[in-house]
Amino acid sequence: MNAHNPAGWRPSLGESGGDGDKPVTSSGDRGLMLEEPLSFEIGSPDKCGVDLVEADAAPLASLAGHLRAEAPALPGLTEPEAVRHYTRLSRQNYGIDLGPFPLGSCTMKHNPRLNEKVARLPGFADVHPLQPQETVVGAIEVIEQLGGWLVSLSGMNAVAMSPKAGAHGELCGLLCIRAAHEANGEPREIVLVPESAHGTNPATAAFAGYKVESIPANADGRVDFEALKVRLGPDVAGVMITNPNTCGLFERDMKAIADAVHAVGGYVYCDGANFNAIVGKVRPGDLGIDAMHINLHKTFSTPHGGGGPGSGPVVLSEALAPFAPLPLVRREPDGSVRLIEEEGAADAAPLTFGRMTAFHGQMGMFTRALTYILSHGADGLRQVAEDAVLNANYVLRSCEDVLDAPFGASGPCMHEALFSDQGLPEGFSTLDIAKGLIDEGFHPMTVYFPLVVHGAMLVEPTETESKDGLDRFIESLRSLASRAHDADESLKSAPHFAPRRRLDETRAARKPVLTWSEQAEDE
Amino acid sequence: MSRYFTKDHEWIEVDGHTGTVGITDYAQGQLGDITFVELPGEGSAVKQGDSVSVVDSVKAASDIYTPVSGTVTEVNGDLDEQPELVNSEAESGGWLFRIAIADANELGSLMDRAAYDAYVAGL
Amino acid sequence: MRYLPLTAADRAEMLDFLGASSIDDLFTDVPEEARLSGPIAGLPSHASEMAVERHMSALAAKNLSAGSAPFFLGAGAYRHHVPASVDHLIQRGEFLTAYTPYQPEIAQGTLQVLFEFQTQVARLFGTDIANASMYDGSTACWEAILMAGRITRRSRVILSSGLHPHYASVNRTLAHFTGDVIEGRAPTLEGKADDQAVIDSIDEATSCVVVQYPDILGRIPDLAQIAEAAHAKDALLIAVVTEPVALGLIEAPGNLGADIVVGEGQSLGVGLQFGGPYLGLFGCREKFVRQMPGRLCGQTVDADGKRGFVLTLSTREQHIRREKATSNICTNSGLCALAFSIHMTLLGGEGLARLARINHARAQRMVERLTEVPGVRCLNDAWFNEVTLVLPKPARDVVRSLADRGLLGGVALERLFPGVPELANGLLVTATETVTDEDIETFAAELAKELEGVLA
Repeated sequence: MNAHNPAGWRPSLGESGGDGDKPVTSSGDRGLMLEEPLSFEIGSPDKCGVDLVEADAAPLASLAGHLRAEAPALPGLTEPEAVRHYTRLSRQNYGIDLGPFPLGSCTMKHNPRLNEKVARLPGFADVHPLQPQETVVGAIEVIEQLGGWLVSLSGMNAVAMSPKAGAHGELCGLLCIRAAHEANGEPREIVLVPESAHGTNPATAAFAGYKVESIPANADGRVDFEALKVRLGPDVAGVMITNPNTCGLFERDMKAIADAVHAVGGYVYCDGANFNAIVGKVRPGDLGIDAMHINLHKTFSTPHGGGGPGSGPVVLSEALAPFAPLPLVRREPDGSVRLIEEEGAADAAPLTFGRMTAFHGQMGMFTRALTYILSHGADGLRQVAEDAVLNANYVLRSCEDVLDAPFGASGPCMHEALFSDQGLPEGFSTLDIAKGLIDEGFHPMTVYFPLVVHGAMLVEPTETESKDGLDRFIESLRSLASRAHDADESLKSAPHFAPRRRLDETRAARKPVLTWSEQAEDE
Repeated sequence: MSRYFTKDHEWIEVDGHTGTVGITDYAQGQLGDITFVELPGEGSAVKQGDSVSVVDSVKAASDIYTPVSGTVTEVNGDLDEQPELVNSEAESGGWLFRIAIADANELGSLMDRAAYDAYVAGL
Repeated sequence: MRYLPLTAADRAEMLDFLGASSIDDLFTDVPEEARLSGPIAGLPSHASEMAVERHMSALAAKNLSAGSAPFFLGAGAYRHHVPASVDHLIQRGEFLTAYTPYQPEIAQGTLQVLFEFQTQVARLFGTDIANASMYDGSTACWEAILMAGRITRRSRVILSSGLHPHYASVNRTLAHFTGDVIEGRAPTLEGKADDQAVIDSIDEATSCVVVQYPDILGRIPDLAQIAEAAHAKDALLIAVVTEPVALGLIEAPGNLGADIVVGEGQSLGVGLQFGGPYLGLFGCREKFVRQMPGRLCGQTVDADGKRGFVLTLSTREQHIRREKATSNICTNSGLCALAFSIHMTLLGGEGLARLARINHARAQRMVERLTEVPGVRCLNDAWFNEVTLVLPKPARDVVRSLADRGLLGGVALERLFPGVPELANGLLVTATETVTDEDIETFAAELAKELEGVLA
């Protein structure tokens, strides 16, 4: 018996998903389903939610030529109005706090509230990056401790903490590789990237000045090692491998791949987006990689915040460690801990490739991630990977009779289950299943990625999903597959119950309207 | 005048030494609603197989390769305001650019309508 | 373990369903040699909330927080009062735990906020459009340089000497790998910004000039003049704003001719946080929209004709364009953009103008009192809330000594420009609305003690 909906009530979809014979309200709101205008439509220039006493002096005479004629044309709201505006907007959002968020490769796990409490301690939140280092020793130690954990968990030698997000970390790793080749006097032009890779991989390689060539996948969903070996040569600076890969599978040939790449003098970059599957169970360093970024906002629970901020520290092998970007944390012989910036680099980091960002990195995410890691400990983190993998396999085997699982027969998956649209009847697409899931009360899984599987549906439940939660999700997914097989046309216009129906993305791209204007015409 | 086709679904209508280039109706169907077309600069010299244009739909950006070498003489200015012409009139009003053909022999490597239709049927 | 919902019974039941005898049956693809047999040795085991909080609080206690001392630091990160409601609103689970709005039907909260944010940034900057945020000001600056390169197809970049040295360093580091030629040098102790030097160095090979406004020493460049000179040679002006509150008082760079305006949004809504996460702001002319990096939120309608918002022009981005993308950026700084937007909404344009005047007045008072200390002179002809003082001795030691006595007295130029001896006596001091008269008096008194007996 599904405890979720004991009365068995189902809303009727009606002809166009409409409300049938329900009344139209004058406000446009429907109970707790609240519409909310733009702040510019409800605010006004004479409203202000901050009490400010007017300045007690006229501006400097020397500023005369620089003064703006009028205040910026932006309306304000008082505090009650602002709180209402944003609270009402928040209610149109789905979040992990509401239900499963099974986005493959995003690792949408629960965001612990202790993280938020710790990040807000004044000793972390209210310190300036350029205060004398003696006044921020605790902050530097946070960076050191977190870095130490990341190095131990990955089995690597060193870590660059400053990259601001995963893609930034990828750039860091590739620039270390590039710097290493330059130091060897051997600039190389090519980076090899699997065709199943996330778009950031080739984009980053191009950003770092490389030409990108694709390595095909084999029938088993893994990198075609034979094809890779054929392509390896002295012009290859390195390869970028995701492991577990974007199909949710462990690259069995990882060590052999690393050995082959090293044999031609290249380096191995590992995209660590899927670290959640193996943290505490496998150390990527043991597989021969040279650099790997870790998404703190994935594996280590820092909140996604509607699109960031993230944090992408990069663990490095002995070969690449000398090139790590500034700033770096060092423990001095006298026991003190220091941040090495440009002035200390000549002694402490003579081969650094330089600085990638102002200041020191995403400190606010470091405190959160370290809090999370200390909470789990080595044993808890290992359990995280085991539960993540268990949950994904449970979803895979529970749905593979109704949805095509292209690699289901080749063995277990890791932390994410991959389905394709091959089993769906004519006229029904992955998109329809995804939008149908919205009506069922779930955020859809990742769709149309990886590109190597047609109509891909990549489901990553994470370890913070209960068995009951998984069962409910599975039941909804199965029912959607059923509705497709029963040629239920209403799926094609789903979602019917979300704050918005399907949105016209063509219109948004053909005639982009990116800001509000007073003369804005109604749709 | 004769029309030739490439495996990447471009067409070229040849009139003397000038060609008019566009994408096929099949291609526009595959791309979905076209939202923007990036066209080459007038006067640019291009080689057969160069990517000279990009056609954006909502979820994809497709490179368009020139069927022949030559110099771009004109681009279709209508596509600025109406990229949807490439959907509705792919093989006529939705043309992309005109080119002064450098080497007519290159046309020999392209398909005619019958061969292209057979090729598409086999995809 | 408090964050793991699966019970031992659940695990057993699920393994049984899968036909697996143990969890290791699901890890068979991992080579035997690579499989760890147990938790990694030498690392602590799990800990309670209480224990973790104790550990982290002890680390936090070792830091002198800005709120517990008279505080005068700036240099690209500013201490402003963030209204209490901002932090409460960003902690709503629907904002905090939401993802990038790829499924717009259930992400209108995030999307509408981004649309409001883009509008606010564009209006503050005086540009036609703005994106949905970058990581921070320094990376936004580099992305702007790359964008200028795509537009002009040139590769010579001129950095004004007033650009934050971290930003200049980022640009130089990355240009080494792209082949762009970056020209710039450290500033000198002049009262005016280096406008003429910038103008004189623009030539037909120049892609863009990058000018910080106000600059790293607190001086105010003449952007209109520089824009004119750049445009005369078909180069672009990129203005960099590290203190957006300044734009409540001084003219917006977009209105002065800047083609691209980037900046650091940390001042509004986002606390100091020891340097991150911060908020990259990016605005430009409408005609450049398809060359812009980063996410963009656009207005549209849904199937019922209701107004709604979606991420748009995505074909520029890495997940579609891959190696031909305008940037590799994926995750940006969404929650910080939300905080900025809420703070900006609470202020409104008039409120921001008032806040700016207050900042400027505080700085005037600070300069007045500090220049009464014998030997201290103010470098700047003009300033907003940040000024360079020239001391009669190296500022680094003064700053350290003041810190030992519990006063955070600005940023020594030597910290920003190590190895530039001409700047060693320079001290960058900042006063925002958070600085009190008492703070200023304490600073003046302590500074006087520091400089006692030193000949001017």
